[in-house]
Formats: sequence, C-alpha cells, structure tokens
Amino acid sequence: MKGRDYILPALVFVSMLLALYLVGFYAPIEREQGVVQKIFYFHVPSAWVAFLAFFVVFVFSFRYLVSRDKRWDNRAAAAAEVGVMFCTLVIITGPIWAKPVWGIWWTWDARLTLTLVLWLIYVSYVLLRHYVADAEKRATLSAVLGIIGFIDVPLVYFAIRWWRTQHPQPVIAGGGGSGMDPRMATAFWVSLAAFTVLFVYLYRVRAKQHDLEDEIEQAHQLADELPATGKGD
Amino acid sequence: MTWMIAAYMVIWIAIFVFVFNMDRRQKALAAELEQLKSKLGS
Repeated sequence: MKGRDYILPALVFVSMLLALYLVGFYAPIEREQGVVQKIFYFHVPSAWVAFLAFFVVFVFSFRYLVSRDKRWDNRAAAAAEVGVMFCTLVIITGPIWAKPVWGIWWTWDARLTLTLVLWLIYVSYVLLRHYVADAEKRATLSAVLGIIGFIDVPLVYFAIRWWRTQHPQPVIAGGGGSGMDPRMATAFWVSLAAFTVLFVYLYRVRAKQHDLEDEIEQAHQLADELPATGKGD
Repeated sequence: MTWMIAAYMVIWIAIFVFVFNMDRRQKALAAELEQLKSKLGS
C-alpha cells in the first residue's frame, strides 16, 4: 500500500470517532423518546448511503449498457454490495428503534414496505450476479435490474410525504414545523459525512477487487493458451 | 439504553464482518496472483 492509500481509511476512522463522540456526548437526549432516539444518527445516514450506493449502481449500469465496458459493471456490482449492507442496517435498526417507541417491531406502512422491497431488489441483484455463470449475460441482466430497481429509491424517499405513514415525518427538508436542535443537527451531519466517507472507502476497495478478479481470470486464460500456441509454432 | 446499544452493536458488527470479508477476499486474490506468477514463470 502506498502512503496515500491510508488517507481514506484514516479519514473514516477519525470521522467515525468524531461522530460517535458527538452522538454520545454532544447531542442532547430527546425529551419524549429518550436515549433510544440516538439510533436516528446512524439509521438515517445508513439509509442515505444505501440510496447513494443504488444511485451509483443505476449510473454505472446505464454506462455499462451503453459502452459494454466491464469496468462499469464491476463498479455497479461493488456499489450494490455496499448498498445492500447499509440497507440491511436500515431494516434492522429501524425495528430496534420502533419496538420501544411504537410498541411493535414492524408495521406494513408505505415507507417500511417500500424499504423492504428495495432491500429485496438489491439482494436479488447480488444473488443474480452470484448464480449467472456467463459474464456477459450476468452483466447485462444485473445492469437492467440495477436501472429498474432504482425506481424504488424515490418512492421510499417520498413515501412519508405522499402517504400517511406510521414512520416519523421528515426532520430535514420537511417544511414548516420540522427541524431539530442545532447540537442534534451537528451530530447528524457529521455522522452523515462519516458514513459517506465509509461508503467511498468500501466501494473503492470492492471495485478494485472486482477489476483484479477480472484481470486474474484473463491472465489465467492467457496462461492456459500459451503452451498450445507454442506447440503450434 | 439497551435498545440503543443493540442498534449500535448491530451496525458495528455488520461493518466489521463486511471489512473482514473484504480482507479475506484480498488475501485470496493475492494468493491467486502469486499462483499465476509462478504458472507464467515456469
């Protein structure tokens, strides 16, 4: 690893430590919900990163279909894997918050149901990549799924604005009456930044690994062909 | 407090598992690369 390769992981470490400090010691305890409200500081950034990751899948899937360049497919695959991980965190931390606040783990309201659908779409994407053996077919099918699947992202985002839901109303960009304590806002934005940096780091490493896997496979094919060519000469 | 700790534990465990898997894959790729080098060298 070169010196500059340590910059991003170091940035992840420092920003996460700062976020944890702000969430734990700086942001005040919410009056009605109590300390359980602090789940919000990692639940919402997880959702944001999942949306961002699926947007990256959408963009690179489109680029793959246009150019048929395998690098774009690798980038889309890397983003989908990281996105599924963060979407899983959203699906798990939501009910952990809901149980003490609502008294139930889950309800089939629009936001929760559409989030579950989103998770299922991208889990299918990852499974599809795992089970389709032909590389070109795999890349094409997953690119189509990556583009169509993204339709659910704006639906999840606007669900609490368009329909009556049990899920809390937006506190950011939610119009009049929304908003939060400035110390809460600081902790939230730092946490959001830390999660974004973490996403960039994980995505870059996975994308490089996908590229390397392809290069190794090509080199293996080349190595297998070399003796045959030698004999022919 | 228990709920908050549970949620944060889940988050950190998931991230560590993901990073651990990434590291395992990196090591497997490095081993495969070495194997390939020796194959091409022989």
